[in-house]
Amino acid sequence: MAFNLIGLCILAACFALDRHKTIRSVHRGLMMFWKIVPEMSIVLILISISLSVLTPTQLRQWLSADTPAHFVLALAVGSVALIPGFVAFPLAGVLLKNGASITLVAGFLTTLLMVGVVTLPMEARYFGWRTALLRNGLSFIGAVAIALAMGRLL
Amino acid sequence: MKTNPRSIISLGATGVFLFFCAWGVWFGHNDFAIRSANSYLGFLKEMFWVLPMMFLLIGVFDVWVPREIVERHVGEDAGPIAILWMILLAMLQAGPLYGAFPVAAALSKKGCAAKYIFIYLGAFSVMKLPMLSFEITFLGWKFSLVRLMFTLPVFITIGYIMGRHRAYVVQ
Repeated sequence: MAFNLIGLCILAACFALDRHKTIRSVHRGLMMFWKIVPEMSIVLILISISLSVLTPTQLRQWLSADTPAHFVLALAVGSVALIPGFVAFPLAGVLLKNGASITLVAGFLTTLLMVGVVTLPMEARYFGWRTALLRNGLSFIGAVAIALAMGRLL
Repeated sequence: MKTNPRSIISLGATGVFLFFCAWGVWFGHNDFAIRSANSYLGFLKEMFWVLPMMFLLIGVFDVWVPREIVERHVGEDAGPIAILWMILLAMLQAGPLYGAFPVAAALSKKGCAAKYIFIYLGAFSVMKLPMLSFEITFLGWKFSLVRLMFTLPVFITIGYIMGRHRAYVVQ
């Protein structure tokens, strides 16, 4: 809401300054948007399906024990799934309360935030596959390191 | 207007998905179909609420901001203060990571150095303000603080490693 309002103010100010330039900007922005809507839709479908398979209840069951295998599972789920923050953080809170280790919860969250297998096609469209895969690979290694370090410290 | 084959395939797949959802909801009362359709429509709403303005602003940035300014502040020779600019820009935004890719592409086209582009993407994925407030509510400030402390050097390092590979823009 605030974001859209600020955006509208900026657009209005630009329009007052230079009408033609602003119309050109709006046209360019909307064209860019339309071009990616179909592919965006595919990403949204993948997210929706993955959310229906991996419900919070399901994840709570899967991530309830603290073996290395469960840590790997948490990393895998975090990397592949794209769970929005308003679902993921409460879930992580419940996991911690139920006795899951910091390492496991942090691993799940950091991979969730930093690695996006589902959004790879979108990323590749802008940066190419090599760059997209490299960024996600490095992010995965970084996420694991962060999770292990957090488990040590907290 | 020419339509590229990827868009047609994507729209076709969307049609198939919606058809199966409708079929599952009306004839099978299938729980899975209901949940999938619900979250798809929810995400679609979110997308059409946040992204058009994001793209309008990208358009404004593209037409109005001179290349020299971008190059001076976040270009190849900008110096480490550029990291601060990128993190600030990322923190003030909201929405999913795939909304940040076009912003990164627009920055790259204007001469922003690749390392800073990837620092922006890193900061966007782990430290947006709306997300941080949510995290602190559910996991406590100590968890968030320690996570940021470890995450910050990690994504800056990733940015510098990625900076050696040129980020190229397809669009």
